[in-house]
Amino acid sequence: MDRFVYADNAATTQVSPQVFDAMVPYLKDHFGNPSSIYKLGRDASKDIEAARVKVAAALNAEPREIFFTSCGSESDNWALKGAMQLMSKKGKKHLITTVIEHHAILHTAQALERQGYEVTYLPVNDMGLVSAEDVKKAIRPDTALVSVMYANNEIGTIQPVAEIGKICHDAGVLFHTDAVQAIGAVEIDVKAQNIDMLSLSAHKFHGPKGVGAFYCRKGLVLPNLIDGGGQERSKRAGTENTAYIIGLGTAIEIACANIAEKNARLIPMREKLIDTILTTIPRCRLNGDREKRLPGNVNISFEGVEGESLLLMLDMNGICASSGSACTSGSLDPSHVLLAIGLVHEVAHGSLRLSLSDVNTMEDVDYILEKLPPVIEKLRAMSPLWERINKG
Amino acid sequence: MIYSDKVMDHFSNPRNVGEIENPDGVGEVGNAKCGDIMKMYLRINNGVIEDVKFKTFGCGAAIATSSMATEMIKGKSIDDALKLTNSAVVEALEGLPPVKLHCSVLAEQAVKAALSDYYRKQGIDPIAIVGEIGECDHCDTEE
Repeated sequence: MDRFVYADNAATTQVSPQVFDAMVPYLKDHFGNPSSIYKLGRDASKDIEAARVKVAAALNAEPREIFFTSCGSESDNWALKGAMQLMSKKGKKHLITTVIEHHAILHTAQALERQGYEVTYLPVNDMGLVSAEDVKKAIRPDTALVSVMYANNEIGTIQPVAEIGKICHDAGVLFHTDAVQAIGAVEIDVKAQNIDMLSLSAHKFHGPKGVGAFYCRKGLVLPNLIDGGGQERSKRAGTENTAYIIGLGTAIEIACANIAEKNARLIPMREKLIDTILTTIPRCRLNGDREKRLPGNVNISFEGVEGESLLLMLDMNGICASSGSACTSGSLDPSHVLLAIGLVHEVAHGSLRLSLSDVNTMEDVDYILEKLPPVIEKLRAMSPLWERINKG
Repeated sequence: MIYSDKVMDHFSNPRNVGEIENPDGVGEVGNAKCGDIMKMYLRINNGVIEDVKFKTFGCGAAIATSSMATEMIKGKSIDDALKLTNSAVVEALEGLPPVKLHCSVLAEQAVKAALSDYYRKQGIDPIAIVGEIGECDHCDTEE
């Protein structure tokens, strides 16, 4: 193996050295329970509040609007189940979301349907974009909540969040966005964009796994997620995961400090990957919008190739990537996102997602571009489907 | 997804990949929608499988089971090849993850489909000898 290239940053990222260093003291000497009265506890509490300030600053929210959770999925569950339960008291039992959401949203919406709530799943266009106009049309007098992801985890499409937020605001409907993939990639301003609730997760931007945050606009009082002690203003009880919360605070501060600068470095890498692959490898297509796209996301389908074997061969070359094939999704069907943008099953099976982050370099890109074409060629040479495609 | 070393060996260095010109029997099973297609070519002489080649579109397990199945029938009599079961392929590969067991079924079916074609070319109805080649449950629901 000539090189190791981690190109699956949309799955998770490596904890940065600064984040690691910030966390360590809380796993060692600063172990106090933040609820304790003595200094060891008070200091931990103060540091958690400092982390909360950092999360709030990254979103242009207020610290009291930020709740720490264990992950993005927890935040998504809280948003949907909490808001629907709250609004159902006013007779509003309709939820609007999209067909390309993460399963943390889709499966939660389905669970709500089983409880008697009504859900509208908005389609996307062939680029994976939700239309703000469609949101407007789908809003009914009994609509409680609209939940649209900020950016898609598979195809990187960035949704018109501000536009949708304005529509919801004008209609008096709550608006939640799953921003797990968007933090550090786009400028988020919950006030300007009329976002009532937002979910995020630390491990997507070089923080640790197992900690997330939930932004809930002040004045919107959701039911408690966990009843118990007074932690997180009694809304989400349980002794705070101090070290990880500190890690999240440090990570988000770094991730959102210089977004434009980071994107100016990432986008040329993404573009080189996309341009070179599309021009040098026959019969492949880019999935997702070319412009409204996360700076580190590349998603390309190769005809005649199955995604899992592609990933295994890339792994043998030291490249970590991801695919929307059925075999990697653990089900019989390929990615719901790729099907939603109109891909046929066999093309969806042959998708490859490369997701870059701050730690990647142009050398990584060149290495991928060197190793990928022969891998595709090898798999196609043994593919009866490719043989059939070639014969027309 | 945890694959055994044997699966990874057959995936990274698949045996008997390719085609046979004017094969005595050729069979194709699976479909593109499900993400697995296996095509098997046989050269048969005096009731013995002299050569076998395969082409597979599919996951790591699909490629490894095809490769292993060809190794297990190469040089064997037709009778022995007909006795090849998917569980024998799985055992030879030192196990497969449960969600991948259908790949071994496909490998067994590919061998049988190629043998059926061989009999048909001989003007013999293969059903009595090879039996019906079933489809996987998922494929049954195809449009």
